[in-house]
Amino acid sequence: MKTIPHIKTQVLIIGGGITGTGLARDLALRGVRCVLVEARDINAGASGGNHGLLHSGARYAVTDPVAAGSCCKEGELLKRLAPHCIETTGGYFVAVAGDDEDYIDDFERSCRQIGIISEPLDVKEALEIEPSLSPDIIAAYRVNDATIDPFRLSLDNIAHARELGTTLLRFHRVVGFDRQAGRIQKTCLTDTRNGGNTTVDAQIVVNATGAWAARVAALADVTINTICSKGSLLVTHTRITDGVINRLRRPGDADILVPGGTVSILGTTAERVDNPDVIFPEIHEIDHIINECSVMVPALVSTRCIRAFCGVRPLIDSGGGDDDRSASRGFMLLDHLEAGVDNFITITGGKLTTYRLMAEKTADLVCRRLGVGIPCTTHMVPLPNAEDVRWTEPGLSPRTWIARQEPDDLLLCECEMVSRRIVDDIVTSIRRQKGEPDLSAIGLRSRVGKGQCQGTICSQQLTAYLYRQHQIAAREGSDQLRRFLQERWRGQYPLLWDIPLVQAELQEAIYCGLFGLELDQEGT
Amino acid sequence: MNNHTVNEHIQCRLMVIGAGMAGMAATLFAANRQIDTVQVGVTGEINFASGLLDLLAVHPIPSGTLWDNPREAVRRLVREAPDHPYARLTMDRIESALEEFTSFLKKVGHPYYFHSGRNSQVLTAVGTAKTTYAVPLSMHNGSIAYKKRLPCLLVDFEGLKGFSGRQIAETMKRQWPALRHVSLGFPDVSGEAYTEHMARALETESIRAQLADAVRPYLKGVEMVGLPAILGIYRTRDIIAFLEDALGLPVFEIPGIPPSITGLRLREVFEDQLPHRGVRTFYQKRVLSAHIQKNGSFLFAVGGGEPEVRITADAVILATGRFFGKGLTADHREIREALFDLPVFQPDCRGQWHRRAFLNPGGHPINQCGLETDEQFRPLSLEKKPVHHHLYAAGSILAHQDWIRQKCGSGLAIATAHAAVAAFERATDNEIDASATG
Repeated sequence: MKTIPHIKTQVLIIGGGITGTGLARDLALRGVRCVLVEARDINAGASGGNHGLLHSGARYAVTDPVAAGSCCKEGELLKRLAPHCIETTGGYFVAVAGDDEDYIDDFERSCRQIGIISEPLDVKEALEIEPSLSPDIIAAYRVNDATIDPFRLSLDNIAHARELGTTLLRFHRVVGFDRQAGRIQKTCLTDTRNGGNTTVDAQIVVNATGAWAARVAALADVTINTICSKGSLLVTHTRITDGVINRLRRPGDADILVPGGTVSILGTTAERVDNPDVIFPEIHEIDHIINECSVMVPALVSTRCIRAFCGVRPLIDSGGGDDDRSASRGFMLLDHLEAGVDNFITITGGKLTTYRLMAEKTADLVCRRLGVGIPCTTHMVPLPNAEDVRWTEPGLSPRTWIARQEPDDLLLCECEMVSRRIVDDIVTSIRRQKGEPDLSAIGLRSRVGKGQCQGTICSQQLTAYLYRQHQIAAREGSDQLRRFLQERWRGQYPLLWDIPLVQAELQEAIYCGLFGLELDQEGT
Repeated sequence: MNNHTVNEHIQCRLMVIGAGMAGMAATLFAANRQIDTVQVGVTGEINFASGLLDLLAVHPIPSGTLWDNPREAVRRLVREAPDHPYARLTMDRIESALEEFTSFLKKVGHPYYFHSGRNSQVLTAVGTAKTTYAVPLSMHNGSIAYKKRLPCLLVDFEGLKGFSGRQIAETMKRQWPALRHVSLGFPDVSGEAYTEHMARALETESIRAQLADAVRPYLKGVEMVGLPAILGIYRTRDIIAFLEDALGLPVFEIPGIPPSITGLRLREVFEDQLPHRGVRTFYQKRVLSAHIQKNGSFLFAVGGGEPEVRITADAVILATGRFFGKGLTADHREIREALFDLPVFQPDCRGQWHRRAFLNPGGHPINQCGLETDEQFRPLSLEKKPVHHHLYAAGSILAHQDWIRQKCGSGLAIATAHAAVAAFERATDNEIDASATG
């Protein structure tokens, strides 16, 4: 009989989103040995499916002052400790004619009480600063919102953790726990790429799987109550505003525009879903977002959108009825001791902005259990800028390529100007981390396929290049192409009218009409 | 050509709108019948043609069943999908259309091969086998090589993106283990190599000779040589003959991602030949406005951006294509025909246009939208009557087909263009008869 590979560690962290990677770094800084397992790739869940907003806290000032206070404090801390992931855009809250004026008063008072800076602007001044705002706005406040690159943030956290000894296993799904004598004795993993099994023997197991938290807990016969609330967002072709624009009303659908490099991101919606594995941005959500956001920024009606995406918020079920907007944005740290498992912890809920605090509180609990007396340092130690993750930054690839001026350094993705050498860098970095440099992994670490052609030309250019460099063998390339094109398609299909529809038709003509990728080629 | 003065007024019997495969075919067929014809259209789209002429390879779409005999496939399709444009055509019509189209191409130096009426397969740049019907000279040997799984050398070039011999060989390895590959520098090119530049370079003999010299050391044990589609634009036949002579082996091209030479070749042939056949062509111009006049004739304003020419025509063949060709347009609510605002058969709402999986085996419902016509290929009004007695439509703008998934694009374009021209000819003959007897 084949023996199953076995790993021994102090802490097993399940989930490679911002919570899991942040926790891995926090524990690693305290000298705790960790293994982080992720069923897909870094930020495959809500950490990669949000608008990248670093909250000033003002959004929740009226409805959730505790979460608002944490956001305010953590936001300012991150601006100091991880400035390379953040653009200090500033933000605005604007109300339009017809919005509830009582809320405007509550907003100003609540911000003041919590200590969130919100500076009233007169409408004329606001229009001068952000000319694309609707002339119909009736009130405007300036706040300290900023934007953060969630991919970079998670990749930097895990890079630092690994440097300090953490083991990362991507594409490893938890398929079961061996629970005996009130403890998780072993955790069973399956490699989703080749079906291989691994077991982990950890003193403490932390479930940081976000929207999947209840499912993972159920594998250990532990029940937790979370709500899966899907939020859809869309990306415009150009950057519409300099700052973050929020609607000055109670948190609701389609109330925010967040700039991100050369684009803007509009969102969001809130729809309950049962299964976080099967989510799509729906057409009615997209149309709703455009209609609502255009109340604040009228030009959105005719702005080209290039991509839609969605994520699932893991919300805490406080029994507040059907309105998921009123569910707390605070986080939930659950020690499953009461459920009869003494080495199992779940951390869920919360916001991207408060990830560090969530990691700190979780690591404190873990360390108490382990008897480790070393305190948290993530509020003091700057987040190192891992050199090999920078290619997600919009505009960096073109600048680097132009500056290098090497005739052999051909562009593999013309829209986003990602060249052979940049791909080489990414491949080397993935290999160093013992990963497989497939199309999707390169897509996650660069802007390949994120431009106007949505991957039509660059996906095959990249595939051909990877074959030439012996990074792909056998039939893998076709499978990778299919997967990569499908990932791009998920974001395109609700937005296919006008020019994007033309682009999609060309893409299908090439990949189906000529290449026949939709047909089963295996048997022919 | 294309040097008409501003605000000139032109009259013609037939106006073909569109310069893709259907527009070129309709214009050719009209010219062959001495019909006084004007053609207007941007020829950009034909650049994307693979050069292969598909007739029908897949039916039904969801099962992805590939057919060896395209005639049997058409017969089955017509029986099971009676709204498909092929159902308005006889097999004779389809055959004679393809025959007339390819014999013209043969005459001007671009012969096509039919494998005893059967479909055949050619290798693609992603390592799949594409099922098609008529294969151009440059790809003919490739389909033989595939059929016999001959030992072949696949050549790619350092600076040419999107084409890797290793990708094709690795992907095909299980079913075709005798594929080998080599990467070479293209003569006189450093840095990026562009297909069009390479193709034009090969029009000169010294470059051909250098290419042959570069390939020659790698031929041991191989029986054919496969290359990306770069073997010239005008003298492809000569270039292939030269290379085959120099290498002592048959060579073939492998179609890949755009920009591709295979489409450019066709474009150059038509742009060059159609004016010689008496057609007045306005390439790179668009129809800016279209009116049906009181006397029943059509009046068009045509130009690059501003109106440059007014054209009056008795009849129109609309071969403007789908979304890529700009024959159809869509906002976030509905799909419209761009020129006459003809009724477009379409799904009930945008939610039904596309499936959530790009490669969904059933295909996307939006691809079946388009113009519904009568038996004469005349678009129908909402009352299911022809909109105009001399307004015809041909090619991919027609409803109830999915040329991408069925692999029937060229066949559909050429055969429906043939039928539309024939319908117009028949109608005018009848009108002459009627006026003679009346």
